[in-house]
Amino acid sequence: MSAYPGQQGLRAPLKNVRGLGSAKSGVRHWWLQRVTAVALIPLTIWFLWLLAELVHADFPAVLAAIAQPVHAFFLIVLAVCLFWHGALGLQVIIEDYVHTRWLEITLQIALRFGAWLGALACVLAVLAVWLTSTAYH
Amino acid sequence: MAHARPLSPHLGIYRWRVNMWQSTLHRVTGLFLCLGALLVTWGLIAAASGEAAWNVFAGFCGSWIGILLLILWTWSLWFHLCNGIQHLFRDAGRGFDAAQRDHARPPDYFATGWIVIAASVVLTILVWVVLIVRASGAAA
Repeated sequence: MSAYPGQQGLRAPLKNVRGLGSAKSGVRHWWLQRVTAVALIPLTIWFLWLLAELVHADFPAVLAAIAQPVHAFFLIVLAVCLFWHGALGLQVIIEDYVHTRWLEITLQIALRFGAWLGALACVLAVLAVWLTSTAYH
Repeated sequence: MAHARPLSPHLGIYRWRVNMWQSTLHRVTGLFLCLGALLVTWGLIAAASGEAAWNVFAGFCGSWIGILLLILWTWSLWFHLCNGIQHLFRDAGRGFDAAQRDHARPPDYFATGWIVIAASVVLTILVWVVLIVRASGAAA
């Protein structure tokens, strides 16, 4: 029996449609993307200013700049927001364009590991420079 | 495909307008900025690792390919940021009024797109003028 093209079995069209559609979990993604976006507006402008200050700076000057407590704090916040926002965006790009199921899942898992490890590496590097700095002891 | 469901007409039938460039460029620049996040990570790890590692990083940033990439990253950042601000306004429901969609009136809907693109270019040039002035000042 086939009441409409594509129907399989005895399920009503409404039942079929309810099985399709969204995953019902997009709101969290949407909000986190916007919240991290708003946070990144001042953070990235501040970061550009910090980079401009460090043009042709020698190594001790770079370490001293990172080790300033306010700089270290905002570098950590920037790293977390940057990798979080980037991971949310890349997730959607993979969902939209990678149609080979095993490759899509592999990339999604690799993305999550990569984002966590990238953020962790940044945070640890900033903490290492900050806490070993002799400039403020 | 289990179901032969109807598809909407694809990109070929649409006239390219600025909002389509914005949408495409937002993704492309977002993807590229993710690579920039890796450069930031490299820089911070290099700083934590010692002067030799830092010099390798600084050498890359100062090379012609490094500077070319940094210019592209600067523009990508400004475009993604400016376009993102427009995104946030439209997420809040601003800019969709009938007057702004009406083609007989001044099309603000598309004007903001051109403003975003122009602002991203101007801000990129501004950043690099400042960087070049500072670099030449440090060298002198």
